[in-house]
Parts: sequence; structure tokens; C-alpha cells
Amino acid sequence: MIRDITIGQYYPGKSVLHNLDPRAKLIITFWLIVVIFLCKSFFSLGLIALTAVAAAALSRVPAKMILKSLKPIVIILVFTAVLNVLYTEGGKEYFRIWEIAVTEKGVNTAIFTMIRIVSLVVISSLLTYTTTPTMLTDGLERILSPLKIFKIKVHTLAMMMTLALRFIPTLIEEIDRIMNAQKARGADLESGGIIQRAKALVPIFIPLMVSAFRRAYELAFAMTCRCYTGGEGRTRMKQMKLGVRDFAAFLFCIAVTAGVVVLNHFFEAVI
Amino acid sequence: MNEKIIEFKNVTFIYDADDENAEVKEKPAVSDVSLAINKGEFVAVLGHNGSGKSTLAKLCNAILEPTKGEVSVKGIVADTEEKADDIRRIVGMVFQNPDNQIVATIVEDDVAFGPENLGIEPAEIRKRVDDALKSVNMYDFRHREPHKLSGGQKQRVAIAGVIAMQTECIVLDEPTAMLDPKGREEVMQTVKRLNREMGITVVLVTHFMDEAVQADRVVVMDGGKVLMDGKPSEVFTQVERLRSCGLDVPQSTALCHMLGINECVLDVDSCVEEISRLAGGAV
Repeated sequence: MIRDITIGQYYPGKSVLHNLDPRAKLIITFWLIVVIFLCKSFFSLGLIALTAVAAAALSRVPAKMILKSLKPIVIILVFTAVLNVLYTEGGKEYFRIWEIAVTEKGVNTAIFTMIRIVSLVVISSLLTYTTTPTMLTDGLERILSPLKIFKIKVHTLAMMMTLALRFIPTLIEEIDRIMNAQKARGADLESGGIIQRAKALVPIFIPLMVSAFRRAYELAFAMTCRCYTGGEGRTRMKQMKLGVRDFAAFLFCIAVTAGVVVLNHFFEAVI
Repeated sequence: MNEKIIEFKNVTFIYDADDENAEVKEKPAVSDVSLAINKGEFVAVLGHNGSGKSTLAKLCNAILEPTKGEVSVKGIVADTEEKADDIRRIVGMVFQNPDNQIVATIVEDDVAFGPENLGIEPAEIRKRVDDALKSVNMYDFRHREPHKLSGGQKQRVAIAGVIAMQTECIVLDEPTAMLDPKGREEVMQTVKRLNREMGITVVLVTHFMDEAVQADRVVVMDGGKVLMDGKPSEVFTQVERLRSCGLDVPQSTALCHMLGINECVLDVDSCVEEISRLAGGAV
């Protein structure tokens, strides 16, 4: 049922990764993504891939769910692999169709890129699997808070994100309700070509927009009633504290980065 | 003893007072209302649609500013934004639609929203949030997502959000209008407990008679004016007068009125008692 949707793709658990500070997780994820792009040889990339697999094992998120997050990128993977095989030339030539040669370098590049993209997706989806959306926006707000000196309203942005997340299920329910109401009046939403179907959506979206604005208005009232005046002078119930395990995670990251640099240096570059 | 917490002095409120259209301009939602709510009271504000009862509620905590007259909360008049904020620390508010007043994606985070805005210490917020959730019987749901709760549960979370701010007064604007009978019962039990056990002043805006009966005092609004103001037993015995302004009386009261019982009967139990006495007398 529509009521059962969860926001984001958080997988509840109590693993080491779940318990890390969201700020640490955000920084580490970003860091590892940069490191992925620093990899030049199969060995350094292998180290990252190993890290990703180890992290996935640590998170105790079922392998099935992680594979599910790879599903949407299958097309991209195949596409980049084919392009790389066909357009990169060099090294031993395996076979040739017309003008297009399939070479050792091409195949290597294709495999390399695929591993790179898969590690990228696995690492970044681990972040969203082990962190609730609220924790994510909170962490982001705190990481970005130094931007206040440039007059960027970090708190307002984070609040907007939280509210947007909060209202996703509410608005989905609303769409469901409006669709049923319009169907009851004879609206035909399921037949006809693309243009006809798009047109049929207009009577859904107009009431949805109207109700979204009305909700926003009421929410603003309710927030004023609860003394919300913006980020200033606000405290937080849930404090974030960087603990030993967060520093251990950072150290681990530094070690991986060093490993990548060393392996890059000693082994032949693929790209 | 009778310390006033909210005081209305000749308050008139007109929506769109700046509107060019004279017709709109002349139709006040609340006109010349003087009313005082005492500390610790449980007041029900009754009225049919468009009687001005919701407007009255919004005037209580400076969400709306009176067009004429003055609303003061513990002597504070909201003439500046800071003072309006001070008033909102004393008078909390719960609205009709629970979905449109919940801010966070987790129950306990939402309850913490108010105290966080007040700048309270984290450890103290934690304590207040836990206490507030326990007092509305929602403690076990603290890690849940609000959109997975029932209407009555959501409304109790909204009430906990106000309790955690430790306001002296709570104004509830038709909190049960969108709920099923079970949800209504849950919310009413909670509201009564707030008043009786925690000593919080409650202003309950409603159009359900059986809810108004449970209050200490009933204020009946009609056409923007206060029509009646008194104990439930005083108000609900004037059956004709209530009906003339489009309101009904509780079913037990109506039945006894039809039977010609002049005693004040407000609930089913006393209704049964009166009727059996009548029957006993006749036989």
C-alpha cells in the first residue's frame, strides 16, 4: 500500500556504519568518490573495490538490496563498456570487424570503467542505506554551516529539505486521492497515446498544486505557533559528536588513499 | 484565584480589512467580543461554521491581529514580533489537520521542534520530549514515521509537541474534526488529562456537543459574537436558544427536553437515571 512507502532507502540496523556520525559518513563518501577517480591501475582500483565490498559487509545491508541499487545503472554500464571496447585502441588486437578493432587496451578500459562505476554506486548507496534522511540533512547542515560567513542561509536550505522529505508521503497520498476522485468523475487516465495521457494528468496536477500551497500556508502557521523564527538561537535535541570510531574511519580512509597512491606508482596505468 | 490568562477587550476582526470591496469590509468574523479565560480552566468554544470560533482561536496567540480592540495574554499585547513570540511561549496551538502541522520525519524529532526553537539545552529537550510523549501515550511510537500513524495518533503527537514547550495554555482548533470516533476519543481523553492532571489551561474549539459537555465552561459563538457563556449545565438547558443559532444539544439532553424533564441532563448515565425516575413516578 501507498502508506507503507519509506522516505529514501534507509535500511534500519545497528552496524558500525549505521552508528558513524553522519558528518563523518558524508565526508568519507565524498572522499572515497574522489579517490575512485584517482585510481589508475587495476591494483589500486581493486583496493577501492575491496573497500566497498568490506564496507557493504560491515553495514549488514543484505546483498540483495545492494544489487538492487545497481539495477538502474545496468544500461549505463553496458553502454560505456561497449563504447570503450569499440573506440579505445592500443595493445594486442583480438579481432577486427570492418574498421573497428577490438584491442587489449579497449577491453581493459571497459572492465576498468565498469568496476569504477559499480564501486561508486555501491559506496554512495551505502551512505543512504545506513543514514536516515533526517540525519543526512542534519549532517549536511552542520558541514555546510561555515558557509554562513558568505551569507548563505544553510539552515533555511536544510529546513526546506527536511520539509520536502516530510511531505513526500503526504503528497503521494494526495495524488492517489485526487486520481480516484477524477476517475470517479469519468476521467480516463489509462488509455490513449502519450500526449493524450499527459493531457489527462492536468486535472490531477492542478488540484495537487492548489492543495500543496494550502498545506504550505497552514504549515507556516503551525511553525510560527511553535516559535520558529529561523535558525538563530535554535538548539538541537540530538547532538552530534565525533567519536573514536569516526576517527578510526577517517584513518582507514587515509590508509586506503595512501594505498591507492602507492599502487598507482608501482603498477602500470590502465587509463 | 481567578487569574486571567487570555483577555479579549472589545475585539473585532475583519479578514481583508484593506479590501476595497465594501461588502467584505463590513463583515467582521469576530465583532466586539470581550472575554476572559482564567488560568486552569477548560473552556469549549462552540459554534457552527462561520461563527467566528476559529478566528477567535487564532487571535489567542497572535497569529491574527485584531482589527479593533485588544487581546492580551498575561498582560502582554502583541504589538511587536518579539512580544508575539513571548505570547506563543505561553499559548500553544493545535490545528485541525494533523498532517499540516508535523514538521519532522520522525515522531520524537517533531516533538523536539518547539523546544529546539526556544533554545533549550539538549539534555532538557530530551527529557521534555520523553515526558511529553509519555503523557499522550505515544512514547512507544517515538522512532516511528508520522505518516504511518493514524489520525488520532498524529494529533496526539501534535499535542505532545505543544506540551514539550511547556506552555501554560493550549488552544485546540477543531482537533477532532478530521478524525474517526476512536481517534476523537483518544484526543479528548488526552486533552482532559492535560487539564485535570497537568493543570494546563485548555481552550477547545469544536462543533461537537458531546465534546463541549466535558468542559468546565462553554462559550457559544454565533455570527462573530458571544451568544452564551457559562457552565455546560447552564448552556445546554437552553435548548431552543441553541437551536435558533443552528446548533444542536447532546442527544441525552434533547431526549430529556422532549420528555419535559427540567433537570439538567448532559450525559447518557444521568439521562437513564432521570428517565427511570420519571417512569418510576408514573407507575
